[in-house]
Amino acid sequence: MNGFPWLTLLGLLPLLGSIVVAALPRGRDLLAKQVALGVSLVVFALALVMAIQFKSGGAQFQFAESHPWISSFGVSYSVGVDGIALVLIAMATILVPIVILAGWHEADDAKAQVKTFFALILVLETMIIGVFAATDVFLFYVFFEAMLIPVYFLIGSFGGAQRSYAAVKFLLYSLFGGLLMLAALIGLYVVSAHQLGTGTFEYSKLVGLHIGSGTEKWLFLGFFAAFAIKAPLWPFHTWLPDAAADSTPGTAVLLVGVLDKVGTFGMIRLCLPLFPDASKYFTPVILVLAVIGILYGALVAIGQTDMMRLVAYTSLSHFGFITLGIFAMTSQGQSGSTLYMVNHGFSTAGLFIVGGFLVRRRGSRLIADYGGVQRVAPLLAGSFLLMGLASLALPGLSSFVSEFLVLVGTFTRYPVAAVFATLGIVLAAIYVLLWYQRVATGPATEKVKGFRDLGRREMFAIAPLIALIIAIGFFPKPLLDVINPAVNRTLHQVGQTDPVPAVPVSEGTAK
Amino acid sequence: MHQIAAASGAFSLLWLVVALPLLGAAVLLLGGRRTDAWGHLLATALPVVSFVLGLVMFFGLLGRESTARSIGQHVYSWIPVAGFHVDIGLLLDPLSVSFVLLITGVGSLIHIYSIGYMEHDADRRRFFGYLNLFLASMLLLVLSDSYLTLYVGWEGVGLASYLLIGFWNHTPEYATAAKKAFIVNRIGDVGLSLAIMLMFAKFGSVSIAGVAEGAPKASAGTLTALGLLLLLAACGKSAQVPLQSWLGDAMAGPTPVSALIHAATMVTAGVYLIARSHAIFDLSADARLAVAIVGVVTLLFGAIVGAAKDDIKKSLAGSTMSQIGYMVLAAGLGPVGYAFAIAHLLTHGFFKANLFLGAGSVMHGMDGEVDMRKYGGLRKAMPLTFISFIAGYLAIIGVPPFAGFFTKDKIIEAAFDKGGGQGWAFGIAALLGAGITAFYMTRMVVMTFFGEKRWKDGAHPHESPTVMTAPVAVLAVLSLVGGAFLILGSRFVGWLEPVFGPAPESTHTIAPATLTVITLVVVAVGVGLAYWQYGTHPVAALAPARVTPLTAAARRDLYGDDFNEAVFMRPGQYLTRFLVFFDNRVVDGAVSGFAALVGGLSSRSRRMQTGFARSYALSMFAGAAVLVVAVVLVRI
Repeated sequence: MNGFPWLTLLGLLPLLGSIVVAALPRGRDLLAKQVALGVSLVVFALALVMAIQFKSGGAQFQFAESHPWISSFGVSYSVGVDGIALVLIAMATILVPIVILAGWHEADDAKAQVKTFFALILVLETMIIGVFAATDVFLFYVFFEAMLIPVYFLIGSFGGAQRSYAAVKFLLYSLFGGLLMLAALIGLYVVSAHQLGTGTFEYSKLVGLHIGSGTEKWLFLGFFAAFAIKAPLWPFHTWLPDAAADSTPGTAVLLVGVLDKVGTFGMIRLCLPLFPDASKYFTPVILVLAVIGILYGALVAIGQTDMMRLVAYTSLSHFGFITLGIFAMTSQGQSGSTLYMVNHGFSTAGLFIVGGFLVRRRGSRLIADYGGVQRVAPLLAGSFLLMGLASLALPGLSSFVSEFLVLVGTFTRYPVAAVFATLGIVLAAIYVLLWYQRVATGPATEKVKGFRDLGRREMFAIAPLIALIIAIGFFPKPLLDVINPAVNRTLHQVGQTDPVPAVPVSEGTAK
Repeated sequence: MHQIAAASGAFSLLWLVVALPLLGAAVLLLGGRRTDAWGHLLATALPVVSFVLGLVMFFGLLGRESTARSIGQHVYSWIPVAGFHVDIGLLLDPLSVSFVLLITGVGSLIHIYSIGYMEHDADRRRFFGYLNLFLASMLLLVLSDSYLTLYVGWEGVGLASYLLIGFWNHTPEYATAAKKAFIVNRIGDVGLSLAIMLMFAKFGSVSIAGVAEGAPKASAGTLTALGLLLLLAACGKSAQVPLQSWLGDAMAGPTPVSALIHAATMVTAGVYLIARSHAIFDLSADARLAVAIVGVVTLLFGAIVGAAKDDIKKSLAGSTMSQIGYMVLAAGLGPVGYAFAIAHLLTHGFFKANLFLGAGSVMHGMDGEVDMRKYGGLRKAMPLTFISFIAGYLAIIGVPPFAGFFTKDKIIEAAFDKGGGQGWAFGIAALLGAGITAFYMTRMVVMTFFGEKRWKDGAHPHESPTVMTAPVAVLAVLSLVGGAFLILGSRFVGWLEPVFGPAPESTHTIAPATLTVITLVVVAVGVGLAYWQYGTHPVAALAPARVTPLTAAARRDLYGDDFNEAVFMRPGQYLTRFLVFFDNRVVDGAVSGFAALVGGLSSRSRRMQTGFARSYALSMFAGAAVLVVAVVLVRI
């Protein structure tokens, strides 16, 4: 730490990389890909170094930097990471090289230039790091909105047949949410100016504000609306299936696996600490929406015929779990939700990537166009099944830890919500296994004749995900150790403590 | 609850019992084709080592005071979040070591058998990888010291079961069977998940010892809820009514799988769960009653289904359900019954594995034919298989001195001894079940091994190789002596006493000797009826179409699937279709509608851009006027 601008460096590296990639001469596609991959790997290595240096019991925001930016409005360039931001940044920097590797040929057929695709991915990485690292709320807002630009072009220039529609829908929906947030942001600034004398956007100062309860509710809603669209929460989700299905699989990974986490991250990082009373006031409504999202997303996923849309709807269900855990306001719920954000990133990335491998071979997203893949491509089918099992939160895999923590944390305070949410585990089994059955089992049909099994590049893309999913499943402690202190702080700011067991026992286990 | 001692000495190797088969699975499944040549040998050797370790631990426990036979091993900290602390920890006690020996013992034998059975299968390595994965999961299930790690094993065996039922999933029905098994089990998992949440909410602990400690202080409602949730879980895994429907279809898996997973071990996990949670069930009579009712209903249900099937494996599957029903009934009888439930579980593990492997041997010799109407007279072609099958047959119908006689007799006796109307109802049902068991097993033996040969011209039934007959022979011997060893002198009851506590003295409703005679008479009637129907009349090549409604119902699994399809599946499909429509038209429709509205408004307002300076001047003037009025109004 000691003053070295780690986070700025981490954020700038991909941006510089993207400039280099974009500046490469036309036609040097392979070089563009290699440079992009190299840069993303360096970024990952840097993030890893930072994660190792991070002290889980230390200051709230580590690697902190602060420089005045627009002093007249109290805007500063302030960055820093707590445990929650750290694990999300780590996840993002792991996924970017995987996406580049898995999507090696994704841009080859597009009208736009190949190098643009990879340059945009790197720009997006900068925005993602920025949005998670920002400790100035205005800066957060800037990154939050700026992220839309590379994604808009990634979908609109490289996606499927309906890409323009999907891109515009995504953009308008997100801008609408962003607008509400901007209004609330200005309101927050005004309140801070009233209370502190000078207006500020600095997170640590805003957290201590005492906002009148009416105002607080409106401000909360402004922020929450933006996050609920981004995450997305039912019923603000319909942009997601279109965007996920009509972008390339790599873009879908970054969009659903990483970008959407900004929504749930915003809830736990901004909504709860800034507006604790309003958060508690709206909790019942949000819990209901979350539970509806869990069951609704899963049921609609079962009925999908397009595999990319299917994954999008499973994510609606999973975001329901994440929101549920955050608003249960217990240690287990919120730590579970944070871990869920990471695990969902990996498992959904896996599903989109494997789906992308399938689509690349067959040229169709329709589930009915497949059958018997296991006969011809056992490794591909095996990876597919494993990712599916991660998605249904099989005990022993990473997502089980987070999903169970969310459920148990919710149960201690809101048992009814937890019971309904638990029904989601049956529906998850149905959408995963039905999909797997239709695609991978049965006799090897004409449809899948000549399918190659996973190639070396594809294996390098998928293997790290499999390793992570199993490793975190059996040993989540390093992540939880980092997440727990951050969550405790949030709970403290909201003024919530965990419910106490009715008949507490001293554990009788051998130590 | 006795003090749990930390593992030391030989016991410190406890984790290896689980880790060895897990290693095998990892090597075989990740190693790929490189391990094709020797993978099955490694996969067979590792469970044998686990079995030997299990034996060492068993004798180690035997050498300790009966009050000091609980050994705990803390492996590592798994999920620590505030008050929720779950570690990967193992618990070795008389109950878990009994399971370890069953799982690794029968498991090793079935691995050996599979070397022969799967010899010509191109995917034999993958098969052995899955089998090892199953063993590791099952061992984790029974050795876990907390419900959450138990859940990991619980779901691991479910996964292995899914993979193995669907091992030949290029046949679409098999893939469907695998999926069905997993989904039905997930319904049970909802019960287990909720039970664990409730435990944490009430006790702040999900360890087995912690829950046992908290149970006496919990409210009656909590205990009953916990009991019923655990029962739901047990119904899924152990194929008990109403979650029984998957087991018959699960016979799609290779026969060694049916023997190991869907007869001897995994499907008994529900019984283990109930017995392991005895601290809860001991305190809730309502939960116990529910358990006993599920057991009684299933023992009759399975037996009736088993009596109507012509597919030898499906008949055995019905039998498995029924036999587990006996165990569940025993567990539902409370402290008197736990030890008998586990004893029957062990002997059933021996004789049912024996019967399944025998059936597999018959299928092996008959080119995969499973229809008993196409067997007949096989005792001459397969003498070894015949002899061992007869040992299993005598054991399951309960002829002394074979194993089932001792263990099932005790359950029937305990059911009657419950006393009152319930005691009579349970007892008579258990007795009736014994009669039906004798009927369907005799039917199976007669149709398969006796009478005229009815097989097709191309068939050349032959005895299986030694690698297959030897493990069956071992199981046949166990089917003969296992029951007497466990039950005589209350050996097994005493062994489990440190876990379940001393069994209360009960007064006999019917004198044991009399009851034994009655039971044997009922069994003899079942045997006689079956022999009369199938031994003295020719067996039709096709199943008769004109049958009693009961037979027709039993052939359709007593309409279990029809019920599920009508009540859950089809409404579920309609709901799903409706929601997809709803999402596209209503939810997204609202979004598109809003977009259209904005678009419409903007095209209206676009008309104001006329390009005439005079109209712009007019609108500027109007705007200024509005502003002035507004300012004036605000000032006032």
